[in-house]
Parts: sequence; structure tokens; C-alpha cells
Amino acid sequence: MNLVIPSIHYLAILPVLIFFGAALVLTLATALVKSKVPLWVATATVVATALASIVVNYFQWRNVAHAGASTTIAHAIVLDDFSVIASAVIALSLLMSALVAHDWALRERVAGVEFHILALASSGGALLMTQANDLVVIFLGLEILSIGLYVLVAFDRHRATSAEAALKYFLLGSFASAIFIYGAALVYGATGSANLTSISYFLGSNVLLRPALLYAGGALLLVGFAFKIAAVPFHLWSPDVYEGAPTPVTGFMASIVKVGAFAALVRVLISALGTQLDTWRPILWMLVALTTIVGATLALVQRNAKRMLAYSSINHAGFILLGVWAGTIRGTAATLFYVMTYAPIVVATFAVVTLVGGRGDDHHSVDRYRGLARRQPWLGAAMAVLLLSQLGAPLTTGFYAKFTVLASVVDAGGGALALIALLSAAVAAVFYLRWTLALYAEDDLEAARIAVPRSTGAVIGFGVLVTLVFGVWPGPLATLAQHATVLFTP
Amino acid sequence: MHSSLWIAVLLLVPLVGAALALLTRKTEGRAYVVAVAAASIEMAVSLVVALLYNNHLAHAATFDFYTRHVLSAPLGLAYDVGIDGISLLMVVLTSLVVLLALLGARDRRREPAFVGWLLLLTCFTMGSFVAHDLLEFFIFFELTLIPCYFIIGQWGGAQRSRAAMKFFIYTFAGSASLLVGILYLGFTHQHQPGGGELTFGYGALSSTAMSHGTAVWLFIAFAVAFAVKSPIWPLHTWSPLTYAEAPTAGSIELSALLAKLGTYGLLRFAVGLFPLALSTMRPALLTLAVVGILYGSALACVTSDLKRLVAYSSLAQIGFITLGVMSGSQIATVGAVLLMFNHGVITIGFFLIIGFLEQRRASITVRDFTGLQGPAPVLAALFTVVMLASIGLPGLSGFVSEFLILLGTFATHAWWAVFASIGVVAAALYLLWAYQRVFHGRAEGANLEITDATSKERWVLVPVVVLIVALGVFPKPVLDRISPSVQQLIEHTTVNGVTK
Repeated sequence: MNLVIPSIHYLAILPVLIFFGAALVLTLATALVKSKVPLWVATATVVATALASIVVNYFQWRNVAHAGASTTIAHAIVLDDFSVIASAVIALSLLMSALVAHDWALRERVAGVEFHILALASSGGALLMTQANDLVVIFLGLEILSIGLYVLVAFDRHRATSAEAALKYFLLGSFASAIFIYGAALVYGATGSANLTSISYFLGSNVLLRPALLYAGGALLLVGFAFKIAAVPFHLWSPDVYEGAPTPVTGFMASIVKVGAFAALVRVLISALGTQLDTWRPILWMLVALTTIVGATLALVQRNAKRMLAYSSINHAGFILLGVWAGTIRGTAATLFYVMTYAPIVVATFAVVTLVGGRGDDHHSVDRYRGLARRQPWLGAAMAVLLLSQLGAPLTTGFYAKFTVLASVVDAGGGALALIALLSAAVAAVFYLRWTLALYAEDDLEAARIAVPRSTGAVIGFGVLVTLVFGVWPGPLATLAQHATVLFTP
Repeated sequence: MHSSLWIAVLLLVPLVGAALALLTRKTEGRAYVVAVAAASIEMAVSLVVALLYNNHLAHAATFDFYTRHVLSAPLGLAYDVGIDGISLLMVVLTSLVVLLALLGARDRRREPAFVGWLLLLTCFTMGSFVAHDLLEFFIFFELTLIPCYFIIGQWGGAQRSRAAMKFFIYTFAGSASLLVGILYLGFTHQHQPGGGELTFGYGALSSTAMSHGTAVWLFIAFAVAFAVKSPIWPLHTWSPLTYAEAPTAGSIELSALLAKLGTYGLLRFAVGLFPLALSTMRPALLTLAVVGILYGSALACVTSDLKRLVAYSSLAQIGFITLGVMSGSQIATVGAVLLMFNHGVITIGFFLIIGFLEQRRASITVRDFTGLQGPAPVLAALFTVVMLASIGLPGLSGFVSEFLILLGTFATHAWWAVFASIGVVAAALYLLWAYQRVFHGRAEGANLEITDATSKERWVLVPVVVLIVALGVFPKPVLDRISPSVQQLIEHTTVNGVTK
């Protein structure tokens, strides 16, 4: 029997290769170099890797512009503008998170290069998810992403809650993965292929007389995704894990998991199961309504900044799902636009939380933020801008992110759903504003200044800059997102 | 047509002023000077714009200074501005409010930030009034919330946090339906034959074909947001607490200016874009307006707090404006637009004087004051002018606008006008009674010590008094500017409301 090696388009998988390669090089270096590899070397490697990946993304973009979207490795990997943009966002989030983690590791005395190795590998998994055109490849990416994260969550060995959160995340995450792979198997059984294009072709040219198998499989896939993006009612792990994980990891998780999972979700629901739109839409409707409402409401009663942001990110997940619900090109573009703008903001927000958390990373009461903007006007103002952006205030990218998803939903006939989501945003506004006002409160003026290390400061500044610049001038990002999704038709 | 650069200047001056004010935070008092300078320039530019304004234009309806630039086609975002007779008056009011608020209600606590927020608020409000695109309007409309929130939340009274939050959430939730409505309208327009690109331009959307049911739903979606902002009964419950807790400058901005965003939006967007819905919605809104007038008047009679008194009397006045806007009569609509301006000026006067009293006695409770006429005769006289204008004494500005509203409404909807006119009598009742309790009688104790208006305070109130008298005696130049635009709007609504 002949083993046929499928043709490989190396440019398509170059970012993934770079990421895994860098992780491997770092691992080998720690094993082979006699003295300890200094932290800054690892950080520099991650930054260089991320930048290199973004440069490759640029050439990929040009390649797609000339040669069109293509698939490779037996059609399991796809190279299109959508994956290019999503990959760039992941690389950028990794870069920002690595810089924050660098300062955090020095402060917490956990300086080791393992953190960066794991982050590289996880991001590689997320990259794979954005390019996956096959349920098995999605699963691979999901697992690589998750396994790295399980360890990262447990990384703060000085804190028991970190280990507890990791265990919780691991157990529930494994369940989710199992459910996902079972769903993939059922869909394979129903359609005869795990390839998304083939599934879509099969469903487009055949009528399933007994669709139960497909529906069951699709539902299980959806549950798996819902776990990863923490959509209600599959969100229970997220507040505990967000709280327990080292804060830079929380920011990392909140950004790249969302980008990777939503990219894959869009491919599965829109590309593969687009013909079943009328079946999955009502389910997603409920999911969106619950996620937005529960996320916003439960955030109100939190006193811990990280838990509050966990619920806030649940609320955001609901908003991103809105774009998927729309099931149109406009909706997909909106989803992409949302994750593009949300990722840098959330990393920068958690960077501030990392700083305020102080040594030990356990001072996360919201009261710690009282008067912060009075003592340190720049840091406080940055946090205020980031919070207002998450709220969706105009002149920040948060507004246009919400605007585009809502526009796509209204266009797709979901006025009621849009209204529900918007009212949840009004509820969410309460805690964002309370927090913002606490920043400007006139007490605790004598509290100790919070040191702002250079690279963390740069990350925060970058996040604020992105949200303000593109908040005033959203045209380029919107055009990019629209351009990247023209081929998505259910 | 005049250059749209004038509008760009109107938007940029407060923005630059705010930035400069923040930059000069090191030197005590410098920020205030910068802010007053910016507000004065803004005032001068608005007056020039008001004098230049030409309403006999062949194109672009009666919008002068018009321009449109698409900023992002996928988002449907555009910079689209223009001024017609209705917004012209609001533009002048915006500049007037910030100038007088700065001059008359100076707050020295963290002054750079305070004047910075005030100037930002001016920029955003100005943007809402000159926006000729629904999305652009919505963005400015939402943006006004942020400076307001910080002004109330940081410089307000004892319950400032609660008041600021209540205000923000109420308005934010109210505008949710507005955004959904705008999006729905935009897509309806895009999907109709020859729709083309996604646009939220006012000119394009006003020709959108829709069914009667759609029009009614969209009208409701818009009206809810504007009713919260105005506030129109029964969505007014945020306003008394907010007006009472806000610092004086904040109260002035809120009631003299931002309330007009609601009634302006109701007229321009709800009435202007959905003429088909008017026959259905008119009775409901007219009734709400009359209820608001009676309810506001009744509460104003019994309240014991001067700021709340003005808040409730504003509720009644907003009722009158709504009545005029919804009446469908051209005369009444002109009156309503004029009342938006007049009520703004009168409210500035009220809140400034209450602010002066608050500075002297650290109280705004009616019971704490008595017989101020003796120690402070000038203050009492100024209050009298403002009060009489609010009551609607002939010869002062309030009379002209209220008279036009009642006249026009009586012609089209007589019964509502009859009940609304009770409000005129009630206004005399509660204002005169309040005046009597505060200024008449014999002053004792702390009240005897009260000093009369200083020369600065007198000068700040001069523009208010001049405008009250001038617009009461000779409103023609203003009416000439409003009328063509209102006429066009009313003709548009009657033609499109009947024939389809």
C-alpha cells in the first residue's frame, strides 16, 4: 500500500510552524544550556516570534489577494483572509500578554521560561483553530490550546487558588473536549466526512431524511464551543478560573481563547452547517439571550475585580455570539471585528489588574481601585478608558464592536434579540461605571503608589491607543473585517 | 450655501478648549480663563452663524452649512452636518448655556477637570444638534452621557453617585430602542429597490417607504429614547433627583440644554421620519404631554426644594413643548421650537439664582428662606423677571411661545389645548407661591445677613434678562428663521402622512 503525502502549502502553515518551532527551541534551550535561561531571553523570543508571525500574515494576505483562498494538507487547513486576520490578532494578544507576564514573573519570583513556552504552544493551538477546515483539526487545535492553558492557570505555585482553578478548568475542560469530539464523530457519521467543506457540500446536495444524528452531533459541537467561550449555561467554570489564574494568564485566556474558539465556531456553524441555519438559530438565540443577561446581572454583585471581569467577558461572549446568530456575511464580519477590537482591550485591562493586584497577586477587591486616578492620573485614566470601551461608549472601539454585531442582527431580523442584548449592556454599564467612578473617588489618597514597569505600561498604553484611535476612526478595521469575510455565505 | 467649516469650528473650539484647560492644570485658575475664552469664542461663532444663516436655499431643504463625507462604508458611518432653523436656535442655546454656566456657577474644586468636562459636553451637544445623519446623531447623543455622568458623579451633592447612576442607566437603556430603531430603518432603506450602500443619512432615510405598522413601531422606538431624555411623563422619574443632586452648572446643562435634545429629537427624527405613524401616535403623545403638564404643575406646588421646583416646572414646560411638537400645527410647532430656546434661557436664570442662594445659605429648601426681598432687592427683582417669563406674562419671552403653542394646538386638537392651559394658571400659582415664601415677609437670622447680588452676578444675569425681554417684545427675527424649516417639516409630514 502506498502512503500518499498530501501536498503542503508551507506559507499557509508557516505561522503555526513558527509558533511551535519557537516553543520547541525554548524547550531545548532550557534542557541543553547549563545555566538557567534568563527570563528576558524567553520574552524576547516570544516577542520576536509574534512579530515574525504577523509579518508572515502580511505575506499570506498578499498571497490570498493574488491567488485567492486555498486549502492545503488534504483540505484540512485553509488559508483565507479570515484566518490571516484572526492569526494576527492572536499573535498580537500573545505579544501583549508575554510582556505583561514578564513583569509579573519578576515580581512574583516565578521567573522561568516555562511560562513562555506554554503560552507559545497554546497560541499555536489557537492559530490552528483559526485555519482549521476539518473537525479533527479543530479538535487538535482546541486541545493544544487548552492543555497549555491548564498548566498556565496553575502557574502561580505560591497560591493554592491557582492550582484549584487549574484543576477545575482541567476537569470541566476535558468534559467539554470529550463532548466536542463525540459531536464531531456523530457529524461524521451523519455526513460521511469531517471536512467542513465536504460537510457543507453533502448537506447542500442531499436531504437528510433522518437528521437526528446530525442534530445531535451539531448540538454536542455547540456545547463544546459554548464551554470554551463560557456561554451561559456552560459558564460556571469561568469566574473561578478567572479569579484563580495568575492575572496575566487570565488576560491571555480571555483574548486568545475567544479569538480561536469564535473563528472555529464561525467556520463550523456558517461554513459547514450553514444550510442548517434555521435549526441552530433558535438554540443560539436562547444562548445569546441567557449569556448577555446572566453575564451582566451577576457581574453586578461581584466585589472581586477579576470575577467581575469574568462575568463581563461572559456578557461580551454573548455579544460576539450575536454576530454568529445573524448567520450572514455582515454577521461574520461583525464577529471578526468584535474579537479584533476586544482582544487588545481585554489584555490591557488585565494588565492594569495585574499591577493593582500587587505582590502575591491577591489584592483584587474593587476597593483597591478607589482613588487610583487621583494618585496616578495616567494609570487611572487608562483604566477608565478601557472600562468605558468595554461598556461600549462612543469614541472607543467598544462602541463600534457592539454596533456592528447589533447591526448584523437587526439586518437578519433579530430586533428583539438586539434589544435584549442592548438592555443587558445597560445593566453592565452599572458596574463599569461604578468602577470608573471609584477610580476617581477622593479617598485613600495616601495609599501606596503602584509601580508601573515599562513593558506592562507599554501594553496598557497600546491597548488604550488602539481603542481610542480606532474608536474615532474605525474605517480601516471595519473594511478589513468586511474584506476578510466576503466569502462566508451560509 | 455657506461653508461647513463654520460647523467644524463650532465642534472644534470646545474640544481644543477642553484640551488646553487640562494642559494648564498646574497653574491655579488658568483653566477657568481658558474655558471662558473658549466659551466666548464659541458664543461669538454661533452668533455669526445665526446671522449668516440663509433659509432660502434651493437644495438640501433648508439646511445651510451642509456637507457630507462618508467615513466608513461598511459601518454606514458618515460626517454629515447641516443647520436649519430648528437646530440654529439650539446651537445658539448650547453656546449660551456653557458660557453662562461657566460664568455664573464656577466650581473651584478640581477646576481643570470640571471645565474640561463642561466643554466636552458642549462639543457633544453641539454635534447632536448639527448632525444630519442618524448614526452620527446617536453617537453624539450617547456621548453626552459621559461628561454628564462625571459632572454629576464627582461634583454633585450628597447622593451624587446614586443620581449619576440613575441618570446614566435610565438614558442608556432608553436609547437602546433608539439604536435598534435606527438600524432597522437603515436596513429597510438599504433593502428597498435602489437602496445601494448602507446609509443613515437623514435626507436619504426620510424617503424610506414603509408600512403603517413599521412606522408606528419605529416611532415608538424613537419616542421612548427621546421621552426619557426630555423627560416626558411617565419616563421622567430620574430627573428630580438628578437635577437636585447635580452641581449648579450640571443642573443648568441638563435642564436648559440636554432636555432639549429629547424634544429636538422627537421633532426632527420621530415626527420628521415617520409621518405615517403620526395619526396613530398623536393622541397618545398629546395625552402624555397634557398629563406631564398637570402632573409637573401639581408636584411643583407641593415640593419644598427649589431645585426640584424648577425640575417639576420643567416637566410641565417640556409638556408644552411636546404638545406643540405633536400637534401637527405649524404655528404650534414654531412655538414649541421657540419654547425650547426660551425655556432654556429661563432655566439658566432660575438655576443661577438658586445657585447664588445656595452659596449664601448652603440650602435650597424653601422653608429655610424668608423675606429675602429686604436684604437682597436686586436678586429678588431678577428672580421676578425670570419667574414672570416662566409664568408667561405678555411682553416677556415665555408668553410668545406658550401662546403660539396653545393657539396652534387649539386649532387642531382643541380639548388637549383646553386641559393644557390649566398648566398656565398652575405655573402662576406655584411660582408666585414660592416667590412669596422665599422673598416676602420679614427676614430674620441668617436670612437677614444675606448679601445682595454682587456686580458679577448681576452681569451674568444681564443676557438672560435681555433675551427674556427682547424675545418677548420682538421675536420676529427668530421666528423668521424658524418658520421656513418648520413649514417644510410639517408639509413633509402632512403630505407623506396622508397620501400613502
